[in-house]
Amino acid sequence: MEKLIEVLKLGIYQTFILKDNYQYFVRGVGITLQVTLFSLIFGLILGVLVAIIRSAHDQQPENRRNPVLGFFNVLAKIYLTVIRGTPTMVQLLIMWFVIWAGTRSSEANLIRCAVLTFGINSGAYVAEIVRSGIMSIDKGQMEAGRSVGLSYAQAMRFVVIPQAFKNVLPALGNEMITLLKETSIVTVIGLKDLTKGAMIIQGNTYQALVPFFAIAIIYLVMVLLLTWVMGKVERRLRESDLR
Amino acid sequence: MKKLFALLLAMAMCFALLTGCGSSKETADDVNAEPAATEDAQEETPAEGEDAQEETPAEGEDAQEETPAEGGLTVADGVLTMGTNAAFPPYEFYDGDTIVGIDAEIAAAIAEKLGLELQIVDMDFGSIITAVQTGKIDIGMAGMTVTEERLQNVNFSTSYATGIQVVIVTEDSEIASVDDIAAKVDAGEDLLIGCQEATTGAIYATGDFGDDHVITYPNGATAVQALQKGKVDCVIIDNQPALNFVAANDGLVILDTEYVTEDYAIAISKDNEELLNQINAALDELIADGTVQEILDKYIVAE
Repeated sequence: MEKLIEVLKLGIYQTFILKDNYQYFVRGVGITLQVTLFSLIFGLILGVLVAIIRSAHDQQPENRRNPVLGFFNVLAKIYLTVIRGTPTMVQLLIMWFVIWAGTRSSEANLIRCAVLTFGINSGAYVAEIVRSGIMSIDKGQMEAGRSVGLSYAQAMRFVVIPQAFKNVLPALGNEMITLLKETSIVTVIGLKDLTKGAMIIQGNTYQALVPFFAIAIIYLVMVLLLTWVMGKVERRLRESDLR
Repeated sequence: MKKLFALLLAMAMCFALLTGCGSSKETADDVNAEPAATEDAQEETPAEGEDAQEETPAEGEDAQEETPAEGGLTVADGVLTMGTNAAFPPYEFYDGDTIVGIDAEIAAAIAEKLGLELQIVDMDFGSIITAVQTGKIDIGMAGMTVTEERLQNVNFSTSYATGIQVVIVTEDSEIASVDDIAAKVDAGEDLLIGCQEATTGAIYATGDFGDDHVITYPNGATAVQALQKGKVDCVIIDNQPALNFVAANDGLVILDTEYVTEDYAIAISKDNEELLNQINAALDELIADGTVQEILDKYIVAE
């Protein structure tokens, strides 16, 4: 036990205090949050768009299908297949070393590349989550909306989407948590996020226990905060259920 | 406030769990340790041949002293498990399915001296030390450099080779010497240095030029790739792999001025003094009889 305390003491000293190493964590959290936040926004917009195309197409009557919608539906399907069928790390490496070949490794460029990759990646998952929400709303809701004189867009906007949104919130929260943690793979392109900070300290000191537990706790706290926010939102939305 | 308290409580529980696991594991090791150590000592005595007479009494003493604290000499009986990152020619690289190179051959020679069978495990460079510390492997050998900070967490053997950190640039680069890098950084230019994660190259570059100018990649090949694509301006890496990279890629040159010279050594867990002593003894013999130099000469061809 005494030995363990000694080890921990040295570990904590080398991880945080020596050469101002705690700075790696502070800056790392900033980068991780930036990448996560912008990817989330980007992914949500992309995902909702794709979900609307997919569900609008699938909800048409068999014999009267819109060819333009059909075309976009095929594009959306290809996007979903490719993005969900390849590892995120591979997508990141392709984005940085093939598509963005020749761009400088400045921090701003690295963050842009990460946001684009994670946004596109997350969009695919969000699309299927949102589609499941839209499809889960009974057909009668749309029919009722249309029969009181709402247009298709209005019925979607005021009747279907609000109910669907409530249904998908837990799954969406899950996707956000996954995304937050998955951003740790940006280390492969050299972006100094939270995980990279721990790796740098480990390389300097050959100290593994404290740096990795420290970032594990930091990630956990960030996820807890996110879960808490999502819980709040869910509760607020549920208020309208109690009549 | 309530939430905050709950959060703190959760964290405290995590720690309790962690320390709990740690101590119970130690106890488990204690129980297993005794028979394993005795077996090892018995097995090794005949295999060691000449050294046996000299070493046996010493080993006996050590074994008695150390038995309560730890397991056998090596992680697996009769096997010396070596962890390396096989993307570092000519120290370690793949030749077909097998890992060959200077480190692999020296480790094989040491294992032969100790009467053990050598097993090589390929892993991330950064994971090697953790694997050594947690007793997943016996030794880490991957062109590792001794530094003060690292010595506090792991033991190093006698040095068996000298490494040189050099700078690779593209042929049309404005950087002509190490001083140019410093001058450009001082002038506030947006200069980026590519390095391999967790290597001394990255550590020295960060110390000399600041964190903002250093981009680290999982392996040397990726760093060189980034240099070729213009993502970074130069790459600081060990001389021998640098020679291989420059030979394999067009348009790259190594600067004449050396960045840093350093000593390579074998990393061994702090809990296994006995293995450190035995490896040092074996290594000293191999250095004295010229075997190490032979292996170095075989892979490093003078220009």
